Amino acid sequence: MNKKSTFYQKLCASPHILWSAIFIIVPLLMVAYYSFTDANGSFTMENIYRLTDYTDTFLRSLWYGIIATLICLVMAYPIAYFISQSKARAQTTMIMLVMIPMWMNFLIRTYAWMNILEDSGVINKMLSFLHLPNLHMINTPSAVILGMVYNFLPYMILPIYSVLTKLDRSLVEAAQDLGANKFNVFLKVIFPMSVSGIVSGITMVFVPSVSTFYISQKLGGGTFALIGDIIEMQFQVSNNFNFGAALSLVLMVLILICMAFMNKFSDTEDAGGGMVV
Amino acid sequence: MKKFFCVVFSVLLIALSAMPAFAVESKNYDHLRGTEINVYNWGEYISDGSDGALDVNAQFEKETGIKVNYNTFDSNENMYNKLKGGGANYDIVIPSDYMIARLIEEGLVQKIDFSNIPNYANIMDKYKNLYFDPNNEYSVPYNVGMVGIIYNTKIVEGNPDSWDLMWNEKYSGQIMNFNNPRDAFAVAQFKLGISINTTDANQWERAYEELKKQKPLVQSYVMDEVFNKMESGEAAIVSYYAGDFLTMHDNNPDLAFYYPKEGMNIFVDSVCIPTSSQNKEAAELYINFLAREDIALANAEYLCYASPNKKVLENEDYSLRDEEILYPANQDELITEYFHNLDPDTQFIMTSLWDNLKIDGNQITGVYIGLISFVVIVAVLVIFTTVRKKRRASYYD
Repeated sequence: MNKKSTFYQKLCASPHILWSAIFIIVPLLMVAYYSFTDANGSFTMENIYRLTDYTDTFLRSLWYGIIATLICLVMAYPIAYFISQSKARAQTTMIMLVMIPMWMNFLIRTYAWMNILEDSGVINKMLSFLHLPNLHMINTPSAVILGMVYNFLPYMILPIYSVLTKLDRSLVEAAQDLGANKFNVFLKVIFPMSVSGIVSGITMVFVPSVSTFYISQKLGGGTFALIGDIIEMQFQVSNNFNFGAALSLVLMVLILICMAFMNKFSDTEDAGGGMVV
Repeated sequence: MKKFFCVVFSVLLIALSAMPAFAVESKNYDHLRGTEINVYNWGEYISDGSDGALDVNAQFEKETGIKVNYNTFDSNENMYNKLKGGGANYDIVIPSDYMIARLIEEGLVQKIDFSNIPNYANIMDKYKNLYFDPNNEYSVPYNVGMVGIIYNTKIVEGNPDSWDLMWNEKYSGQIMNFNNPRDAFAVAQFKLGISINTTDANQWERAYEELKKQKPLVQSYVMDEVFNKMESGEAAIVSYYAGDFLTMHDNNPDLAFYYPKEGMNIFVDSVCIPTSSQNKEAAELYINFLAREDIALANAEYLCYASPNKKVLENEDYSLRDEEILYPANQDELITEYFHNLDPDTQFIMTSLWDNLKIDGNQITGVYIGLISFVVIVAVLVIFTTVRKKRRASYYD
């Protein structure tokens, strides 16, 4: 009986395994293959050596990704906490409000931000109307980080919220019974238990922020490049698939290192629940 | 009354010119009814029926019974990737000159049977025998155009006539340049009097230095965003295609246009048939259809690009036939140069320099300080928590 069920389990899982193999594993192997070959398909390390020219760009992307993630975290945690403490009906409405912007394509939303932030855009028109001095916002790093935070904030709110709602209330009550004040209940009980949500939130914000190219192109005006822009250019403009693959490979390795480090860090907390890489 | 005759006359003319085409179609092409062709063209590059214009593809389907699957690309390089990858089968592609040269060289497009394209006679002689297709075997011109400078007369003073305007510090922060290396480098190369097809690495380096000098003045590097930014007055100076200026001018009459005296890039976008085409006969029918007077006229009116079709220019109804910008009277005196396909080494030099241009001049010290302090904070936290955990664990022992 037991054996039979595992057979059925395997049968059910096989489409997914096949799918992952074809569309995730094989492409990754192709990226690795392209990274170490030249246009004629022979082995070369040239692509890897050339990467050193782009160290600054890598670091800049990492830094912007980190800032965007931290801002998201600082903004999202109170929101998620507030929502999880509300009444059930209010919770559904508020989660809906968080989700609604995601119904629209993120390219369009980013393009809209361009019109809002421009020197002759919505914000500056309002400032002029109120006779206030205009602000220059578009084509600056801050505009790019704003775009990242805006686009990826829901991905931070949702996992934290779902962890907080599933939180075992009896543990909170136990802490209160044992004499902990509100601050200590939060710091010693609620926060450690929500670490798993924070970790998956950070992953879901950090990874797309580091590799974005559209946001930096539209809100940065193309005057500075993030690593995503450079990778995109290798494929779209230079037709240099091999170098593009090498850049992507290194970016993936960097992200993996960051994630592994973060999981290790969060393990040292008294975290419950599984980690997401 | 005069206008009435004009209309009647032109309708007659169109009917007459279309007649032979119909005759040929009904005679030879009935067996193609119900087949399909895949057309791959630039975005926004065909009269598509909006604003009461003729829907060219629907018209073709109506006349021939051949279904048109229409797809678009946004750069020659993108189109090349798709075609080279071989994943998609196209029967019609409409790339620009230098890309056609490359496609021919690599055998990605095939020879067209010009006996199936009687309307090729409508193409002006000066757009035949061009360098990329010297014997007229592979391509039929679709649109031609030149690059020039668009500026806002409310902000820019005087009557500029040179590329120097794009390096004028007075307009710092209001200048935009192309966001693709080939066109952006061409701007600097024309300014310096270097050929845009040079294979000399030093000359590319010089053009790069010039663009580097321009970068602090540049508000942004743009492609399609140019319409919004110029129409709203967000930027004042940009180098772009003449045809698109007419579209922008309709929405912002303060804009003006000129061809710089140092010379500029001229381009021809031509229709080709990829080697992988599955329905060559229908593709030739489509090419012939595009070169037909009424269709070429509809496209010329809708796109505002210069037409290489002499029948269009002879047509009284063509509203842009006297447009100085599309058809300059002194066109033969203007200095123009076509893009040629660059060899892989030069291509590599250009794209690397372009990457450098994008990276150059950004303040990186802040990033270093930020990253280092972040790492220090994280390290302190890790040490703190590990120590605390160990101490707690020791209580239980």
